[in-house]
Amino acid sequence: MIAFENVGYSYGGAELFSGVSLTLAPGSFHFLTGPSGAGKTTFLKLCYGELVPTTGRLTLFDGEVRSMSRDDVAMVRRRIGVVHQDCQFLDHLPVAANVALPLTVCGREADVANLQDLLTWVGLRPHTDALPPSLSGGERQRAAVARAVIMSPEVILADEPTGNLDAEMSMRLLTLFIELNRMGKTIVLATHDMNLIRATKGQVPARVLRLQNRKLQLAGADL
Amino acid sequence: MSRPVLPFTDPSADRVVPPTGHTAWLTGFTAAAMTFLAVFALALSLASGRLADRWQEALSNTATIRISAPPDQIEAQTRAVLTLLSTTPGVGDARALSDVEQRGLLEPWFGPDLPVDSLALPQLVEFASADQGYDAQGLRLRLQAEAPGAVLDDHTRWRRPLAVAAERLRLLGWLSLALIGGAMAAMITLAANAALAANAQVIRVLRLVGATDGFIAGAFVRRFTLRALAGSLAGGALGALAIFALPSADEAGGFLTGLGFQGYGWFAPLSLPLLAAIVAFAATRAAARKKLSELM
Repeated sequence: MIAFENVGYSYGGAELFSGVSLTLAPGSFHFLTGPSGAGKTTFLKLCYGELVPTTGRLTLFDGEVRSMSRDDVAMVRRRIGVVHQDCQFLDHLPVAANVALPLTVCGREADVANLQDLLTWVGLRPHTDALPPSLSGGERQRAAVARAVIMSPEVILADEPTGNLDAEMSMRLLTLFIELNRMGKTIVLATHDMNLIRATKGQVPARVLRLQNRKLQLAGADL
Repeated sequence: MSRPVLPFTDPSADRVVPPTGHTAWLTGFTAAAMTFLAVFALALSLASGRLADRWQEALSNTATIRISAPPDQIEAQTRAVLTLLSTTPGVGDARALSDVEQRGLLEPWFGPDLPVDSLALPQLVEFASADQGYDAQGLRLRLQAEAPGAVLDDHTRWRRPLAVAAERLRLLGWLSLALIGGAMAAMITLAANAALAANAQVIRVLRLVGATDGFIAGAFVRRFTLRALAGSLAGGALGALAIFALPSADEAGGFLTGLGFQGYGWFAPLSLPLLAAIVAFAATRAAARKKLSELM
C-alpha cells in the first residue's frame, strides 16, 4: 500500500531522516511519535505525496512517487484521508460543504443523512452551516477528521488529531479511528499523547513508530 | 447555504472558488470596455469596406472627356466626341455637361458669381462604362485622331489612392480588433493570475482532498469565462446602441458616411461576446495551468 525503501529526506541541505524502510500494510494501525522537529509531519507528507523523498524509493499504491504526475498524486489522495495539524479549510464554504469537499472534487454528491450522522459523531451538528473561521481550534480539528473519513479512504493519516481536544473528545475520535481500522482501514496517527496510545492497547494491534536521531524505530528497535 | 442563482454563474465553480469581488469587477469591466471599443472597430472596418467598394464602383463606372479647343471649335469637337462615344463598344450613356453643371463644379472654389461665359473653360463630356468595359487606350487614340483637343480621364489617378486609403482603413479596423482582443486576453490573464495567487490556500486544500489540476483550473476558467461573457454582452449592447444613436450619414455630411452596420451587419456585434468568452477561456486556462504547475 505505502512502502518506504531506504527513504531519506533532506531540507535545505540538512538531513531530516534517512534509511527509512517500512511498509504500511492494509488494515494496520500505527502511532508515530518522536520529539518536535524529528520529521513526523514530513513523514506523513511523504505518505500522501506532498513531498518527494530525496533518497530511496517510495511507493504509493503501486506507483513510484517520483514517476507520478500531479493528477496521479490527486488520485492517490482520494484513497488517503489526511488530518493536518493546521486544519485548513475553504473559509467561504460552511462546515458541511467543507466536510463533503472530497466528494465534491470527485464529482459526487454527499448523502445528506450520512453527512449529518458524521457531523453529529464529531460533535459539529450545531455548526453545520457555520463558516470555518468561526470554529474553535478543537472544532476545526474535528471537522478535519470528518473531512478525512467521509470518503471512507483506505488510509487515514492524522497529524496530532487530538492536539486541541479535551480528553472526552480525544477518546471519542480515537474510537472512530479504531472502528475504521476494524473496517480494514490503515491508520497512522502522529501524536505526543501517550494516553491516546495507552488507551488503544487491547483494542487493536497498534504499532508504535518513533522518529528520533534521524532514524525511524519500532518499539525501541531500528527499522 | 442557498445562494441566489444569478445569470451566468456556475454553481459548481461557486462551491470551491471563493467570490473575489475585485477580480470579478475587473474582468467584467475589462470585457465590457473592450467589447464596446471592438464594436466601433468592427463598425469602422465594415464601413470602410463598404466605402472602398462604393468609391471603386462609382469611379470605375464613369469617365470624363475634357475638350480644350478654341471657342469656335468646341461645339464641333464636342459633337465629334459624342458621336465617337456612341460607336465605341463598352461605352454607355454619354452627355456633355451644361454651363450650369460646369459652374456648379467650379462653385466651391470660385464662388457662385463665376462668369463662365467670359472664361475659356474646357467642355466636359461624361460617359458611363457598360458592363463589359471599354478599351481606354483605343479610345484615346481615336480621340486624338477625331477630336485633337479631347483628353480622356478614366479616373484611375483618383480611384487608386482612394481605394488604397479605404483598404488601409479596413485593415486598421481589423488590426484594432486584434489589438483589443490581445489587450483583453492580457488583462484577463493578469486578473486570473491575481485570483489564482490570492487563492493559493484554496488550491492547497483542494489538492489535499484529491482535486486534479483540471478540476481546479476548470473552476477558475468557468468563472472567468462567464464573467467575461456577461461583461462583453453588456459592453456589446452599449456599443451597438451607441452606433445606432450616431447621426445618419445624410445629417453628418460626406466624410463619415455610413459608419455603423447595415442590414445583416447588425448581427456582427453578436459574435463579439462569443469571441470575448473564447479569449477569456483560453487566457484563463493558460494562466491556470501555468500557475498550478508553479504551486506544487
